Amino acid sequence: MQLWLIPILPLAGFILNGLFGRRLSKAAVNVIAVGSVLLSFLWVLKTLNSLGAFSGGLEKAYLEHYYTWIQSGSLNISVDFAVDRLTAIWLMVVTGVGLLIHIYATGYMAHEGGYYRFFAYLNLFMFFMLVLVLGANYLLLFVGWEGVGLCSYLLVGFYFLEKFATDAGNKAFIVNRVGDFGFSLAIFLIAAHFGSLDFATVFAKVNDMPVESHLGWITAASLLLLVGATGKSAQLPLYVWLPDAMAGPTPVSALIHAATMVTAGVYMVTRSAPIYLHSAMALDVVAVIGIATAFFAATIGLAQYDIKKVFAYSTVSQLGYMFVGLGTGAFSAGVWHVMTHAFFKALLFLGAGSVIHALSGEQDLRQMGGLRKSIPITFWTLMCAGVAIAGVPPFAGFYSKDAILAAAYEHSPWIYWVGVVTAGMTAFYVFRALFLCFFGEPRGHHHPHESPPSMWVPLAILAVLSLGGGYFFNIPKYLDPMFKVQEEAPGSEWLMYVSIAFGLGGIALAALFYLVSPGIPDAIVRIFSGPYRWVYNKYFVDEFYDSAVVSPVVDGSRELLWRVADVEIVDGAVNGVGKTARAIGSALRLAQSGYIRSYAAWVVAGSILVIAFMGLRGEL
Amino acid sequence: MPLPPLPFPPTPPLTWYLALSAILFALGVAGFLFRRNIITVFMSIELMLNAVNLSFITFSYKLKQNDGHIFSFFVMVVAAAEAAVGLAIILTVFKNRQTLEIDEVSSLKN
Repeated sequence: MQLWLIPILPLAGFILNGLFGRRLSKAAVNVIAVGSVLLSFLWVLKTLNSLGAFSGGLEKAYLEHYYTWIQSGSLNISVDFAVDRLTAIWLMVVTGVGLLIHIYATGYMAHEGGYYRFFAYLNLFMFFMLVLVLGANYLLLFVGWEGVGLCSYLLVGFYFLEKFATDAGNKAFIVNRVGDFGFSLAIFLIAAHFGSLDFATVFAKVNDMPVESHLGWITAASLLLLVGATGKSAQLPLYVWLPDAMAGPTPVSALIHAATMVTAGVYMVTRSAPIYLHSAMALDVVAVIGIATAFFAATIGLAQYDIKKVFAYSTVSQLGYMFVGLGTGAFSAGVWHVMTHAFFKALLFLGAGSVIHALSGEQDLRQMGGLRKSIPITFWTLMCAGVAIAGVPPFAGFYSKDAILAAAYEHSPWIYWVGVVTAGMTAFYVFRALFLCFFGEPRGHHHPHESPPSMWVPLAILAVLSLGGGYFFNIPKYLDPMFKVQEEAPGSEWLMYVSIAFGLGGIALAALFYLVSPGIPDAIVRIFSGPYRWVYNKYFVDEFYDSAVVSPVVDGSRELLWRVADVEIVDGAVNGVGKTARAIGSALRLAQSGYIRSYAAWVVAGSILVIAFMGLRGEL
Repeated sequence: MPLPPLPFPPTPPLTWYLALSAILFALGVAGFLFRRNIITVFMSIELMLNAVNLSFITFSYKLKQNDGHIFSFFVMVVAAAEAAVGLAIILTVFKNRQTLEIDEVSSLKN
């Protein structure tokens, strides 16, 4: 089936554009960048079709073995690609949404410097993301995992002349190191206990072994995997990098920091489901972290004024929902939300990018307003995304969110209630942003212009997917061979109506606050000025991390590691060797008088001494 | 009339040769250390080499072995080569410094 072609094509695009892009015209760069992803997408379609993924086949994983990579004792790690239904979904989302965003980016980045560099990085990202989902063992997954992290860093810091962009890139990279540390420990643990990293072998063994006697380290491995997932998928407590990552160009925010890379943690946990299912405690931790993140990030989203920041916190919050789905055992619902979220959140970001593009770089919601008339296509597509994320039936977000919330209620009702309140807040802040942006009087001094077709055509396609994606792609049914769908308990329809009511209530409240009587938000802010300041400043989490983690590390490095360990000990040792040699040399050089006869005298004296010494010892 | 007995034995004992060799070597060392003319110093070196040759030959004769002879040939060859190189150096030193005073040639000190 030549699965390797799928990631290799974007890699070829990366190499071509990376090496020769500087000398190519923009049109040629476009053809290489978009063409490689398009070919990859078509190859995914062809492969999945011939594997029967669209026609009820592919119930067992299809694996291709390429070569043995590492052989060490009994541990044998190969470069294998495998496709099953879970991977098929991710392949479609990554290449499909990725293709749309590539096309969009040709319009969005048209006036930016470093055009070829941008597309080279974007193609490299596609390569690593596809390796991540295709890899058939934990190590290959880790290769893709680190690779997308690298591309994220490169693209967040794309405007590298700006201090805040490079800082954000560093933050994304360093915060992810914390998570990756946990992930690599988990890989070591799995290798040590199973003697293999292949998914098939590991999961077969974990299902065979007596669970009670191994529960401790199964839980440990699950929790360490979760540490990795919290880093990559921006969950509490490692979510802080994602909002800052919006410093990158908007297509990057859409592709990497909303649709694909940040869902890698969800993929990894879903893939490791056989391990998680043995440890109820680890699943509970996943669910609690998920719901806490969803709620916490949603509250921050209520008070942000940067349009991309609003959507960034929304992404963190929606990722929290996905983890709630995984933690409550509804893996397929979580994956469903990954897919619908990829549609509507990519659309929200691309739409936001279109607004920013129209306003020549303005991102502050307070400087927008009344854009409904001037950029109608962007307005309508963003409205589609809004109703999708708010959970209005029958649009995409409704299905996946409802599936997650139903599973949450089965698991523990309080998670459901927090989730429903969060859904209301989600609807509120998304529509708050949309109303501030598109309705009311124009604020700021701009001459908005509609985006070119290369930008609005992807928007339109994503809008269709956001509206119908949930109805047409029934992921839980598709994943039934892997994850049994739990039958909804009879008499639980009211759960659905409650969540719909909260979603519509959120929209209505946003309409009331920002359309009908715009004075209300200010009044509320005045009354609750204390809590508002906390929320507006993101609960001072960044400041807390700065003082609790970053400053001690920086100060400790400067005062102890630099000034003492490096300067005093390391440099001291190196300089000390040199100083000692000089001291000995300056004493010895006095013996070099330059008089041959004195040298000869030394030789004679030395010979006499040696002979006398040997004579005294009786050795002559 | 029989000749009176010689004050020396008819074949001088080994120690005489070795003593002569030691005396010659000591003279060479003294010349090297106390003379200041480069050519004299050079001749002192030759003297030491030949003193060593003498003791080689002596032991070779006493032990009835060829090794000492061979070594003394080596020493002669080295001495000849050394004479060629050394004289060339001395000539060059004189040409550059107009002196044969050995203590004047001490640029490499310290």
